[in-house]
Amino acid sequence: MGLLDKQFNNSNVIITSLDNLLNWARLSSLWQMQFGLACCAIEMMATAASHYDFDRFGVIPRATPRQSDVMIVAGTVTLKMASRIKRLYDQMSEPRYVISMGSCSNCGGPYWEHGYHVLKGVDRVIPVDVYVPGCPPRPEALMEGLIKLQEKIRNESLVKKTT
Amino acid sequence: MTSQEISEKLKAQFGDAILEVKIDGVLDPYVKVSPLSVKSVGLFLRDNPDIQFDYLMCLSGVDNGKDILGVVYHLYSMTKRHKITIKVDVPKAQAEVPSVQSVWASANWHEREAYDMVGIVFTGHPDLRRILLPDDYPGYPLRKDFKVPEFYQGMKVPY
Amino acid sequence: MPDTLTAPIKTSTGRALRTEEMVINMGPQHPSTHGVLRLELVVDGEIVVDVIPHIGYLHRCFEKHAEHMTNYQQVIPYCDRMDYVAAMNMELGYALAVEKLLGIKVPDRVEYIRVIMAELQRIASHLIAAGTYGLDIGAFTPFLYMFRDRERILDLFETTCGARLLYNYIWVGGVSHDLPPGFIDKAKAFCKYFRPKIKEYNDLLTFNEIFVKRTANVGVLPADVAIAYGCSGPMLRGSGVNWDLRRDDPYSIYDRFQWQPQIGKGEMGTVGDCWDRYIVRIREMEQSINIIEQALEQIPEGDVMSAIPKRIRPNAGEVYVRTESARGELGYYIISDGSTSPYRVKARSPSFVNLSVLPEICRGSMIADVVAITGSTDIVLGEVDR
Repeated sequence: MGLLDKQFNNSNVIITSLDNLLNWARLSSLWQMQFGLACCAIEMMATAASHYDFDRFGVIPRATPRQSDVMIVAGTVTLKMASRIKRLYDQMSEPRYVISMGSCSNCGGPYWEHGYHVLKGVDRVIPVDVYVPGCPPRPEALMEGLIKLQEKIRNESLVKKTT
Repeated sequence: MTSQEISEKLKAQFGDAILEVKIDGVLDPYVKVSPLSVKSVGLFLRDNPDIQFDYLMCLSGVDNGKDILGVVYHLYSMTKRHKITIKVDVPKAQAEVPSVQSVWASANWHEREAYDMVGIVFTGHPDLRRILLPDDYPGYPLRKDFKVPEFYQGMKVPY
Repeated sequence: MPDTLTAPIKTSTGRALRTEEMVINMGPQHPSTHGVLRLELVVDGEIVVDVIPHIGYLHRCFEKHAEHMTNYQQVIPYCDRMDYVAAMNMELGYALAVEKLLGIKVPDRVEYIRVIMAELQRIASHLIAAGTYGLDIGAFTPFLYMFRDRERILDLFETTCGARLLYNYIWVGGVSHDLPPGFIDKAKAFCKYFRPKIKEYNDLLTFNEIFVKRTANVGVLPADVAIAYGCSGPMLRGSGVNWDLRRDDPYSIYDRFQWQPQIGKGEMGTVGDCWDRYIVRIREMEQSINIIEQALEQIPEGDVMSAIPKRIRPNAGEVYVRTESARGELGYYIISDGSTSPYRVKARSPSFVNLSVLPEICRGSMIADVVAITGSTDIVLGEVDR
């Protein structure tokens, strides 16, 4: 705990809500699934590499869906790939989140009109939490997307909603 | 060797199978051959010691309109440093061209792509499957009369 | 093969065991296939009997888009997106092809800018290739070092055209903007900074014992097989064929510079193994720096766009133009019917052709070597599938 280490005479108790604790734990170590599809994957790699250092948000790339919390769909989703994405998403354990990175996975991007083999938006096969626009989005934009996702997680609650 | 000399050699060897030679007024000189002769032309061009086209740069399937499909072979010789273009036209109703996979190994994937995109069947190809699109995709997208399917496996395709 | 391997396996009670080949699936979501490549491996224990590549998971209909654009210039962003790691080279090839179709010559300054950009891009692309190759083999640090230096190149691109990855910078007839003030000095500073870094990579990765053991004598591609399969670029040069389109079929102004194509010599093992293909890329970066430095010295003042109409209308005809992209021979076959948009554009992409030789060089190797071999071919799936 750094600064607080060995600074107290007695052990301490923190009072917080379970929601807060769970959400804090979830949002601080979002392990992402390595899911580079196209151009955006290069920007995702750049984000994870030395200059932008995605690790400081607690984002660590994992190669398997079973260990990951967030799937960053980075790139164009084609019809041939769509069923694979669906299956990988199903293999992730809950709670799971999806960031759609780049115009292609948001809505088909530049391929929206004549792309006979392009799925016009990954949200046609899996639910998406955060859309990051851009073609490709800059690393800063992806970070902003992640912070937005963290905000979303921070406001989640275990309490049943009454309508 | 110039394109002129190559085409003359081809004419001397194959006679009627050479349908058209165009050298002047085009950027890349080409020789149009009959579809059935394309494999023997390829073998001749590769093995003739004066020509030695050992490198297939590109193989493209083209929809020429008017119910004609075409295959275009761009050849280059690494040893002799000359190039030529070979063209073949086939009717859409019977789009069959002999495969040149046994002449140039690189033709394997190129021919599969031409089959996938334009729907030209390469007879004698060892493994003629679709390469880019899924196996059950309807139609050949680079034909001019291609219509985008409304749904593919339950997914809506148009925007 | 020793007899112990071929003899039938028996249990201690003497019963013969049945063995069979197994099919395992690698990809399309796999960290070391560099994108969405799927390999179907037929294996006999650890030995790979056959590899069947399945591609098309990123088929984005480039050729259809090119036909449907209303203007030749509008195709260029799609060229970018084909090989997103070396976008400048892709644009350059397309622009040269259309210019040949039009029969125009671009101003001298444009030629120099294009060469500088294309060579910077080649370095950036080789940095990714080498960095991720180290990652595949298990070395994480070189990846970070190389991405650090790649960011500097991206900064140069960003000051020029505002984009980091996909530029839409090289247009038919010129380039979209002139170089910004101070670019020449910044680029010179980069060259000076980058030259010693190559030694750093060599110390870190190239001559590392583990790296050499994983790559030398693995996936040997003989020269005649490489030519028959149409391989090009570092893949072909790695097999010892001295062939570079920039020198052997010169385009743009590459004949004005002093530089040497690099070929694999089998220093660590056999000519044409994975290490050779890797070292060709590292040495090419040095040559690219040479070209950039000369170009920065010689670059003249002048216009950056030739006088062409906004809607280009080439005469009916066709052209095949090939250039040396970071991965090899990039060809564009363009058919014009005299209208403002192309009738047919076929991109002959180097990765597509280089990948087709993969089954040939993977047979008989171990499963772990397949990763090393795939990495050394340096494919970009956007370009394989187009």
